[in-house]
Amino acid sequence: MYIYDEYDQRIVEDRARQFRDQVRRYLAGELSETEFLPLRLQNGLYVQRYAPMLRIAVPYGVLSSQRLRKLAYITRRYDKGYAHITTRQNIQLNWPNLEDVPDILEELASVQMHAIQTSGNCIRNTTTDQFAGVAADEIIDPRPWCEIIRQWSTFHPEFAFLPRKFKIAINGAREDRAAIGVHDIGLNAVRNEAGELGFQVLVGGGLGRTPMVGAEIRAFLPWQHLLTYLEAILRVYNRYGRRDNKFKARIKILVKALTPEVFGEKVEAEWQNLKDGPATLTESELQRVSKYFVSPELESFPGDDAGYLDKRGSDKGFNNWASRNVHPHRAPGYAAVTLSLKPNAVAPGDITAEQLEAAADLAEQYSLGEIRSTHYQNLVLPYVRQKDLYELWHKAREAGFATPNIGLLSDMICCPGGDFCSLANAKSIPIAQSIQEQFDNLDYLYDIGELELNISGCMNACGHHHIGHIGILGVDKKGEEFYQVSLGGKSGRDAAIGKILGPSFAANQMPTVVQKLIDVYLEHRTPEERFIDTYERIGMDPFKERVYAADH
Amino acid sequence: MRLIIKDNQVVPDTWELLPKDATLDQLTNTGDVIVPLAMWLEHSHALKARDGRLGVWLDADEEAECIAEDLDSFAVIALNFPVFSDGRNYSNARLLRDRYQYQGELRSIGDVLRDQLFFMRRCGFNAYALREDHDPHAALASLQDFSEVYQAATDQPLPLFRRR
Ligand code: HEM
Ligand code: SF4
Repeated sequence: MYIYDEYDQRIVEDRARQFRDQVRRYLAGELSETEFLPLRLQNGLYVQRYAPMLRIAVPYGVLSSQRLRKLAYITRRYDKGYAHITTRQNIQLNWPNLEDVPDILEELASVQMHAIQTSGNCIRNTTTDQFAGVAADEIIDPRPWCEIIRQWSTFHPEFAFLPRKFKIAINGAREDRAAIGVHDIGLNAVRNEAGELGFQVLVGGGLGRTPMVGAEIRAFLPWQHLLTYLEAILRVYNRYGRRDNKFKARIKILVKALTPEVFGEKVEAEWQNLKDGPATLTESELQRVSKYFVSPELESFPGDDAGYLDKRGSDKGFNNWASRNVHPHRAPGYAAVTLSLKPNAVAPGDITAEQLEAAADLAEQYSLGEIRSTHYQNLVLPYVRQKDLYELWHKAREAGFATPNIGLLSDMICCPGGDFCSLANAKSIPIAQSIQEQFDNLDYLYDIGELELNISGCMNACGHHHIGHIGILGVDKKGEEFYQVSLGGKSGRDAAIGKILGPSFAANQMPTVVQKLIDVYLEHRTPEERFIDTYERIGMDPFKERVYAADH
Repeated sequence: MRLIIKDNQVVPDTWELLPKDATLDQLTNTGDVIVPLAMWLEHSHALKARDGRLGVWLDADEEAECIAEDLDSFAVIALNFPVFSDGRNYSNARLLRDRYQYQGELRSIGDVLRDQLFFMRRCGFNAYALREDHDPHAALASLQDFSEVYQAATDQPLPLFRRR
């Protein structure tokens, strides 16, 4: 984990001090609402339906026991005793008081955390694979690059007032668990034929109203040039991105208007002026940052733990959990474990103060004090010995973390929706809950197998509905809440945007609609097919016919 | 007389800023004027022949490239922020300083608020005409909001990683 030195620490402390003064001036009437708006946004502070909402940055999802305990303390002292993990690996508080936010930022700074640029039209938290550094299929550890980008983007003076928000994601593994195709910039860490490290660069992906998969503008960018090249992309966007219409201001619209080829040429031209300048990365900086991410000393085991395998054979509940929530690790005898924040009857991604502390304890006992947040709104323990898994499972169950549903239908992504968000067309959490109730039989869920179901309460797409195998979008029809369903969305290497099934449904129809979709799948699937595979083979029509068939 | 911040001090502003629709015949021969880009592009000869000093101002949708060849003609270049949230002129500022090596006064005008000054300074501005209702004396403090920075920019050409 990256540890701040005096410089990093000074910067977050200066920020807390600066914001304290800004809040003071706002409350004293020296700053107008409009002037205060971007200042608070760049500190992650929204004003929402019932209260301000504070988004705390979790750079590339890396947390520790110490940080979780601090967050637990903050949620109790300044909020209602719970927090929410977002789809961008950050943490949100739903009920803080504006007056308390400077104190919260100071508390965060004391554990090397902040809320810098978690909102506003600036470069946001860089996200990555939740299994970075431990995944069996990893080629290059993305975390040092995330940290290098975090530092470069923090208070970048030229790019604090972009046309619109800007999100960067990095993947370094064979599979893409960071959804880089739907980010403003997606970076794929690769090696060229000579074995040198660099990045494939995608631009112009994004969800929202105009969902789009990013296009490649460079197949291989040598790593030394990462920051100058990013600077060139951002400069072209800052100068030429649309500012006349907020809905057309994302970089994807510019890339589409110019075509990726022409956009890429503009970037290359700009880059020629920046290339090899002082922002060119040095071997020593890469070493300095990388040393924080060197794998910790792990015990050496010859292979899988026999006791663990025995228990899987003899305890069905444990085996279910192990088959869904335990993930391969590159070190023999170790595993990464997902703590599910998707039990029934709780908003996906919500976590109580007690659970934050329980997770901190589990991380300390079983995972060298490290823990990750995921864009699926769960937590991950990255360094668990297989021989501890059985014991860990029991403790995770006590804390409500052991729902064995990772990757299954009930492991949904869901935005806060109409219960909290003032932009919502419709509620989303109750829909998630009604679907979870419909599918609460575990054996049945296992039979259905891997399925991503994503829900957003409006077309801003915070719940990633476009890239769910089944996507659900809240829409407003004459003041009533309806839900539009799409099929065939995917994140990952072959990212795709889902297609709309047809006319939308009332809230109470939704569990049945999803049930019918699942029925069609179960009737048509071949033994090895997941829902998405069957959909791709048989197409939309069978699903459509079933769902819209007149009831007999 | 209006006060501006220049080189970290509050000073009276001696320049007259001409609006976009100003015409050449409104100009006196001697005063110091900052003219809109269109006027410069159309009347550069006449403007250079005046005795008074000359500046030019660019709006957010105008490009630094348009004056890159002419920088020696200006004692001041002003960059306008139609609203503070329009960040295009941060890029123009950097181009003028870093790419075209402009050495004269670089001034922010328009919706200039104290909480943007730190970023402006880093992009090469050295003068700030704050919005009329803002007190430049109070705003001076915001130039020092941060005591350390990560990235290379005009004010600090070396990124922190080459200094730490
Ligand atoms: C409740 C307050 C929230 C508000 C007002 C809000 C607002 C928005 C808006 C307006 C957009 C679209 C921006 C655009 O396309 O330019 C957006 C996108 C997004 N939001 Fe939220 N959001 C909220 C909460 C959340 C939460 C809790 C999450 C995570 C669970 C989230 C994750 C996202 C993501 C991932 C996108 C990106 C979609 C893209 O790349 O286009 N948001 N949000
Ligand atoms: S998708 Fe819409 S309703 Fe959901 S959080 Fe985003 S803005 Fe709010």
